[in-house]
Amino acid sequence: MSKELSYLEAIREALAEEMRRDPKVFVLGEDVGPYGGAFGATQGLHEEFGDMRVLDTPISESAIVGISIGAALRGYRPVAEMQFADFISCGFDQIVNQAATLRYRYGGRASVPIVVRAPSGGNVGGGLYHSQNPEAWFIHRPGLKVVAPSTAYDAKGLLKAAIRDDNPVVYFEHKYLYRRAKGPVPAGDEVVPLGVAATRREGDDVTLVTYGAMVTPSLEAADRLSKEGVEVEVIDLRTLLPFDKEAIFRSLEKTSRVLIVHEDVKTLGIGAELSAVIMEERFDRLDAPVMRVTSPDTHPPFSHVLEAFNLPNTDKITDALRRLAAY
Amino acid sequence: MPPIKRTKFKLSPEQLLEMFYWLKLIRAFDERLSVLVKQGRVRSGVYTGVGQEAIIVGTCFGLRKEDYICPLHRDLGSFLMKGVEARVMMAQMFAKRTGLSKGRDSALHSGVSELGIFGNTSMLGANLPVAAGLALTFKMEKADHVVIAYFGEGASNTGDFHEALNFAGVQQLPVIFICENNQYAYSVPIEKSMAIDDVADRARGYGFDGVAINGNDVLAVYQATLGALKRARGGDGPTLIECKTYRWHGHSEHDKAFYRTDEELAMWKSRDPIPTFTTYLRARHVLDDKTLNDTESRVAATIDDAVEFAINSADPSPQDAISDLYA
Ligand SMILES: Cc1ncc(C[n+]2csc(CCOP(=O)(O)OP(=O)(O)O)c2C)c(N)n1
Ligand SMILES: [Mg+2]
Repeated sequence: MSKELSYLEAIREALAEEMRRDPKVFVLGEDVGPYGGAFGATQGLHEEFGDMRVLDTPISESAIVGISIGAALRGYRPVAEMQFADFISCGFDQIVNQAATLRYRYGGRASVPIVVRAPSGGNVGGGLYHSQNPEAWFIHRPGLKVVAPSTAYDAKGLLKAAIRDDNPVVYFEHKYLYRRAKGPVPAGDEVVPLGVAATRREGDDVTLVTYGAMVTPSLEAADRLSKEGVEVEVIDLRTLLPFDKEAIFRSLEKTSRVLIVHEDVKTLGIGAELSAVIMEERFDRLDAPVMRVTSPDTHPPFSHVLEAFNLPNTDKITDALRRLAAY
Repeated sequence: MPPIKRTKFKLSPEQLLEMFYWLKLIRAFDERLSVLVKQGRVRSGVYTGVGQEAIIVGTCFGLRKEDYICPLHRDLGSFLMKGVEARVMMAQMFAKRTGLSKGRDSALHSGVSELGIFGNTSMLGANLPVAAGLALTFKMEKADHVVIAYFGEGASNTGDFHEALNFAGVQQLPVIFICENNQYAYSVPIEKSMAIDDVADRARGYGFDGVAINGNDVLAVYQATLGALKRARGGDGPTLIECKTYRWHGHSEHDKAFYRTDEELAMWKSRDPIPTFTTYLRARHVLDDKTLNDTESRVAATIDDAVEFAINSADPSPQDAISDLYA
């Protein structure tokens, strides 16, 4: 428990431990073999597990996912890597039409236990095709589970849970956090269950719901508000589908105010759904409109000037919290 | 149909020297970019084509203004040969407002319709169906213009590649597919990603000719392109030309490329397209010391000017992040 790992190391450790535990777990993707993956997430795995459990694939995202589905139907638990989440679009059909619907079509008599790992997110100077946050595309698809850890602890624990889950899971790992987020990780057989949010900071005045790389600036903004006498409760969703509605409602009972923060664009980002659910089910508990801090409805630009303009940050979150607290 | 490798051609001394200039300029541009990345002046999105210049020069040299090119990530030189100023390309790499994307993206993710340049995304192979679409309109208009589409051997494993070639074959489109087979797709050597030796063989499956040539011999590339251009302009459909080559630098400037040996790199460096062509020109008394010096200073001046222009250009203004989304 006392061991500290980076978020990236935590992912690697989860993969290695699950592969040791269960011979049916294997990984596949571009450059995941001897090279160890574009970001190093699979480093050392090829050496330990060999060619048939750590497969370098051709540049064929659709096939990478389809092959995973085929193997899953035979009782395997493949973990597919997209080199960047941006390229998940090239494997989209296999995820949303093949994997997501299979159990339904089979009359509940089969399942697709695959994990698709996708390095997502901006603030890394990656531009249009190396910075995207495509999580909402998959939240919109029943049959999938969608995960987005913010800490090293969750990166490991959620990945282990995702591998053991019997459903297709899309696992978004934020590139900005790879080396910046460090901390203790679960030991032994411990996993972080899917579908359960974590309260990162307690407070009675405003509920802030976020995930991924937005957790840290949210906590910083909450600290600022605390100095102004406003206590913000910060909820880290961790799993985006199914999301932990009850955790939000519990907090809302105390605060009556909700701010949602995400790096994805505003229109039909997960904030839209959370807000709608809160309105439908807890309208009478609200003292203020649900507010959002998100990227504007545009593409993640390359220039640092433009990227800074786009991304939510501590200042923007602080402003929104002030407006919400004063409402 | 005569084999395209034996197409007859004659180039004047001036034309040969122009080819030489382009080889030197494209090499110098990429080498300077590599230094700029190390200096932290250019942030990312740099995938050099050092060692592969003969392919660009040989394929672009015989083109008309109306012909279209569809470059991929290592083909910066094709933008230059098709008429984009070196300054503008450098500003693009610096993410400045004077670049083609106005700072919104870097790399070769922008195009210029008036110059017949299609700008692709990062998605490998995604340029190829677009190339077929451009070529379809030339066929519809009974124009004798041609589309040249570039891709790495790795990208020839994407679905888009096969869908594009199939359509081009069915419709007998005026498109030339240029494979830059540099032996690796990032860390993955060709023998681990396809079960054939020559990408050229893939053309036959789509009903047209494919030919494998020495991609480091600018005249061989020119000759093959000329043959394919004749076919395409004459309504005889597509051709695939596979140019065998090697990339000297890492996949990106951050890649140490430990997956290959020093001996292999040294062997390919001994086949450097530039000295080979220099020897040819000297033997024919086309190039003497003076013309060599003149060419080199012209190249250096062009690159210096481009860098200065890029450095002195303004960053985009924040509002540029959210404009140009719709027509
Ligand atoms: C659809 C897609 N998947 C993955 C990537 C990441 N990627 C960028 S370049 C590259 C290797 C490309 O190899 P190849 O096509 O042979 O071109 P080369 O880089 O060797 O010129 C990979 C895997 C991408 N850009 N697009
Ligand atoms: Mg290649």
